[in-house]
Amino acid sequence: MIERRLQPSPWVEYRRRIVNALGHGVVALATVVVLFPLIAVIWYTLREGIPGLTWDFFTQLPKPVGEVGGGMANAIVGSGIVVGLASLVAIPLGILAGIFISEYASARLAAAIRFVTEVMLGLPSILLGIFAYAVVVKPIGHFSAYAGAAALAIVMLPIVIKTTEEILRLVPRHIREAGLALGIPQWVVVLRIILRAASRGIVTGILLAVARAAGETAPLLFTALNNRFWHTTLDQPIATLPVQIFTYAVAPYEDWHRQAWAGALVLIGLVLVLSIVLRLVVSRTHFEHEQ
Amino acid sequence: MAAEVSSVRTVPQGRRFAYPWRGAVGNTVFFGLCLIAGIVVLLTLLAVIAQLVVESRPSIEAFGIGFLTRSVWDPVAEEFGALPFIYGTLVSSLLALLLAVPLSIGAAVFLVEIARGWVRSVLSFLIEALAAVPSVVYGVWGIFVLVPWLLEHVSMPLAETWGEAIPLVAPPATGPSMLSAAVILAIMVTPIITSVARDVLLAIPRAQREAALALGSTRWEAIRTVIGTARWGIFGAIILGLGRALGETMAVTMVIGNDPSIHTSLLQPAYTLASVIANEFTEATTPLYVSALIEIGLVLLLTTLVVNIVARLLVWSIARRYSQQ
Amino acid sequence: MEPSQQQEQQTHTLGDDSSEPLPQSDDHGRERFRIVTENVTVLFDGKAAIRNVSIAIRTNKVTAIIGPSGCGKSTFLRALNRLHDIQPNARVEGRILLDGEDITTLDATLVRRRIGMVFQKPNPFPAMSIFDNVVAGLRFNGIRKRSLLEEIAEEALRRAALWDEVKDRLRAPATSLSGGQQQRLCIARALAIEPEVLLMDEPTSALDPIATAKIEELIYELKRTYTIVIVTHNMQQAARVSDWTAFMYLGELIEFDKTRKIFTNPSKRQTEEYITGRFG
Repeated sequence: MIERRLQPSPWVEYRRRIVNALGHGVVALATVVVLFPLIAVIWYTLREGIPGLTWDFFTQLPKPVGEVGGGMANAIVGSGIVVGLASLVAIPLGILAGIFISEYASARLAAAIRFVTEVMLGLPSILLGIFAYAVVVKPIGHFSAYAGAAALAIVMLPIVIKTTEEILRLVPRHIREAGLALGIPQWVVVLRIILRAASRGIVTGILLAVARAAGETAPLLFTALNNRFWHTTLDQPIATLPVQIFTYAVAPYEDWHRQAWAGALVLIGLVLVLSIVLRLVVSRTHFEHEQ
Repeated sequence: MAAEVSSVRTVPQGRRFAYPWRGAVGNTVFFGLCLIAGIVVLLTLLAVIAQLVVESRPSIEAFGIGFLTRSVWDPVAEEFGALPFIYGTLVSSLLALLLAVPLSIGAAVFLVEIARGWVRSVLSFLIEALAAVPSVVYGVWGIFVLVPWLLEHVSMPLAETWGEAIPLVAPPATGPSMLSAAVILAIMVTPIITSVARDVLLAIPRAQREAALALGSTRWEAIRTVIGTARWGIFGAIILGLGRALGETMAVTMVIGNDPSIHTSLLQPAYTLASVIANEFTEATTPLYVSALIEIGLVLLLTTLVVNIVARLLVWSIARRYSQQ
Repeated sequence: MEPSQQQEQQTHTLGDDSSEPLPQSDDHGRERFRIVTENVTVLFDGKAAIRNVSIAIRTNKVTAIIGPSGCGKSTFLRALNRLHDIQPNARVEGRILLDGEDITTLDATLVRRRIGMVFQKPNPFPAMSIFDNVVAGLRFNGIRKRSLLEEIAEEALRRAALWDEVKDRLRAPATSLSGGQQQRLCIARALAIEPEVLLMDEPTSALDPIATAKIEELIYELKRTYTIVIVTHNMQQAARVSDWTAFMYLGELIEFDKTRKIFTNPSKRQTEEYITGRFG
């Protein structure tokens, strides 16, 4: 028979079990506390925002200061315009850069671009506003939709690059080789076979970038500025939903607060719907991996 | 059958393919486009940095290094110093981390080590959604819900009971304050720290948990050894959260009170680097005022650059160490 | 063609039908040797993976390359259709002649159209239907005419003995097929561009015995039209399907001869040890 020299005292065992249970409880509680604000934000935005979601909200221009009524129609359209312009630049550029990292760049250059992408993701977006102000607003002499789009494009770019590159890396190498072995030129293999295999993931990245850009306020404050009227040209100040929400929320008028809540509800709805769509898309993206 | 079919088809190779030139030319053109895109990305970051340096030169020349240590902010007299904003940014961010870090790590541990199946995926989804909510929405919620609530249930009681004894909670308590900013920042950085910490924990090989359990550890003790292994990666996640908190603009601007003076009491208003740019940039009328604001942007840029680079290196080093095994 | 003639003479002294004449083309005016390699060496990061492989591959015959894993047989096969080109750290030395032309002087995509390849694991293009997979090589090279594509697809699928199984569901995703069917789809895809040579890199190693038997039958059918080079670690398979067999070991070609000779009376000691199972 084996003599057990390490006989733990019952008290130590008892304590270990209590600590074990306590630890589990603490981390579970932490999770609940972390999620509580999300629920609170959604709850209040729904409660305060739904009454403001009137027909006028989506179809009317803002009323002059102090007058009740009006809506954010121009800001909603404006957001669409600015984000659309930014997408026109950021999406092709981002996808090409993602392809460059995963298909062409040497290991060192790829690491460098990847690193720069990560750093850009961490830059405060208001700094991109300053940049766009310096390179677009100052030379032209006034605020414009272009300037806002320039700032948002830099917000979107690293997101598109990162997701494109990560998803392209998941496409197994033997798929590339199969294409090349058919005598298909490399660029056609990349564009028509690899990109197609990765299309779900890349769409994810694009949606992610669009959602992020649509909610950005800081880079638009002094690039796109704001505008009470419908936009006729792109080289003039333009209203956007987030800036309008900000303006209304910090102003001292009840009716504007109501509209700010409604705007917040529209934004949060957009983000949550996109998040759910993304979840569904991503969970269906998988490749058979090389052995 | 095969032989018969093949005897029919003896088409000269190459002719059937419509664009024999597409290969070489297309490869070169496409490679060129991709290369340009890659270089544009590198240049964009450099351009942002360079532009901020160039635009802040008037201010740098006017105030020198004293810009960072002076606490005067007087647009009328054109006297500018960034200290109140640096102070406000650092204190609000660190306070936010104080609140967010224990919660985030707890939630990450719960997600990786305890939650299973659909619970895990639903919770992960919610936390990612939390990270995706636009800053201005947190701001609206903060201004109308969080700030009044904090004032009534936290700030006022604190100031009344402890205000005399502890300068940090000295009255008068105001709604928009350093504390409000710290709380909203904590809410905003929690999902980021949680999801990065979760990824770091997931990168730790399963064998390590099993080894600890096999030695007779309780599950909690096994979790603690895993956290020990992942500590540098988790530290990276925290630093990443710090970077985010330092640069967060809209929500903070809406709840911090925007007062360019340094108060010891956390229950009173403050100002951050990002907020002062957001609030005053369009009002800045003189070139020196604009330049001073851009120099504040430069300070913010350099701080977040350093913080982000450190964080990335930490997170990557963990991921690399374990992916090679 | 001097070096290849040397090779020819060498193999003749080894083969048992040295009465065969030496002309470079057969009765139909076709090259007797579709591919001739001269001292092919492939280096990765400066380290040689295969050294000085010289081999003459006969037209419309099946040539098997056998050897223990890591001996460089796949590396050699991939050199034949210039797949090493896309790897920046790989370098190929020596000459590879396709119908007498050095393939490095030709456009790589044109070489690959003449030399098809089937890989170890079935690798149909994801997110594409069966039909789209078969015609991918044509469509992405600029052939758009629907009727022509359909005609070629049917023909290729028939040759790959897959037509009857998929003719009613050409629009279904390629990934819905079984492993064996996927591999035959990949063969059809390679055949659709009408190559002269078909390279097969352990085409049955990921398949079950029944699917393997089908592929082997297919190889037997296909050699009437194509020159086939098959890499396999399965000696029985080499003995069953091939006419000629090359044995490689540690990056070098040890012996190349008629399959019957290799498996009954090899002239090198290493070959004999390998086929009798004493190593590898």
